[in-house]
Amino acid sequence: MKREQIQQQHQQQNATDQDEISIAQQNSEVNQELLGETDDLLAEIDGLLEENAEDFVKGFVQKGGQ
Amino acid sequence: MKKRIFGIETEFGITYVPSSLGPIGPEEAARILFKPVVESWRSTNVFLPNGSRLYLDVGSHPEYATAESATLRDLIAQDKAGELLFADLLNQAQDSIEAEGKEGTFYLFKNNVDSAGNSFGSHENYMLERRVEFSKLVRSLIPFLMTRQIMVGAGKTHPHGPEAWRPLTGQDKKHGTPSFSFSQRADYIWEDASTATTRSRPLINTRDEPHADPNQYRRMHVINGDSNMSETTTLLKIGATDIILRMLEDHFPLENFEIKDTANALRTVSHDLTGTTRFELADGSYKNALELQRNYLRAAQKYIADAGAHHADVPYILDLWNRALIAVETQDISGIDTEIDWAIKKKLLDSYIARGAKDYADSRIQQLDLAYHSIDPDRGVFNVLQKAGRARRVIDPGAVEKATLQPPETRAKIRGSFIQAAHRAGEPTTVDWVHLRLNNKPQLNAVCKDPFATEDSTVKQLIDLLGAQKTQEWMPPFI
Repeated sequence: MKREQIQQQHQQQNATDQDEISIAQQNSEVNQELLGETDDLLAEIDGLLEENAEDFVKGFVQKGGQ
Repeated sequence: MKKRIFGIETEFGITYVPSSLGPIGPEEAARILFKPVVESWRSTNVFLPNGSRLYLDVGSHPEYATAESATLRDLIAQDKAGELLFADLLNQAQDSIEAEGKEGTFYLFKNNVDSAGNSFGSHENYMLERRVEFSKLVRSLIPFLMTRQIMVGAGKTHPHGPEAWRPLTGQDKKHGTPSFSFSQRADYIWEDASTATTRSRPLINTRDEPHADPNQYRRMHVINGDSNMSETTTLLKIGATDIILRMLEDHFPLENFEIKDTANALRTVSHDLTGTTRFELADGSYKNALELQRNYLRAAQKYIADAGAHHADVPYILDLWNRALIAVETQDISGIDTEIDWAIKKKLLDSYIARGAKDYADSRIQQLDLAYHSIDPDRGVFNVLQKAGRARRVIDPGAVEKATLQPPETRAKIRGSFIQAAHRAGEPTTVDWVHLRLNNKPQLNAVCKDPFATEDSTVKQLIDLLGAQKTQEWMPPFI
């Protein structure tokens, strides 16, 4: 690829670079909050799971694939 | 600079959980799931306006093959779009059985193994230039593919410890300490490279079906990867593999790590979370997964420093690759636990164990391991974690929705526009990855051999024949 084309591509991708940076910052913030939220999150997940865990898992049987 | 076409094929697992009497088997469940597809498209094997292929595979597996994509971000958007398309079908299936008065819930899982040990796949496609010496490339790539699971595996619990390493005898199934492995798929791969995918599963399928000009290209079909929920894990999986392929295509010097017994080494690596257990190489020496991956990463860093980054995500890919190896080296997953599937899952399961679940064999843990892969946007455990900020995105949710309707900027655009126009006009078509035809105009047979082309004069003629306006809105495929 020619240099101009590469530059053009980089310009097009400026927007995504910005996303990258803001995501990276968000990321560290999220990690700091983790301890505080985990109980709530696990409770939320618990509320979404089927009651009978064993039936849920054992009942998932496919025929072989591919 | 080399361009490449990427594609991912995903087989989904299906189940129905009745809350009162009346089970529905997987075949019947798949039939109900595909009812709207048949009603809209008169087939259970269709190419859609977004350029993808959605079909019912051998063994009643719903399967989605992304449209050919020329960038990793398009590929990830297409891959996640497949989950959304199936989530829509799942909703319709749910409505239709509820209308019949049945009580229960359908689930689709993007994972690789069921409770009976049947495995189904996630296949990656990489287009290579024909001039590359294929058999040599495959040999050099296998040690990378075999050990990359320590970065990009989807994680799996084993209630009775690692499964027997040779076909199960049934006797030694129920022994061993409950454990967690990097990979879902590693226990089900048996050889290096072959033309089969069903009977003796290889890492790489060497069947030569380029779906493009065979004089110029060939397609490498990698079948040992796990299905990933995490967008960043997919980005690393495909992105790092692409970098290694580029190095091989450019004859960049890589050490020879040819492995003596691939199937054995795959299992050893998957079940050893420390990454330090050694396996034998063909030359009689012993190496471990961390040593191999450190070597590949160093080479990749050097290669990129020389050749330059070929897309904007390369620095992130190299960084995540490094952090994944650090996590295994230090046994501290906190640096990757929002970006790498096995670590996201392990963190969740370990939190439950810290709060009283017994171990990886606990039925609640088993349930979470499976529910992590449920594609339900609101109830699937991975999706709940992602919404809570515990799993990093690289694609805007709006772009994923758009990718359910619109093809990426490749040949998929030609095919998608054609399918959309013909579908509107109610004209039956015959379509595959390369050929497009209106059944009522068999003399106009479009052959699109260049996967990078976004326009084709014959197809334009066909679309004009259909009397379609160019500015048409893209429509949801199943209504």
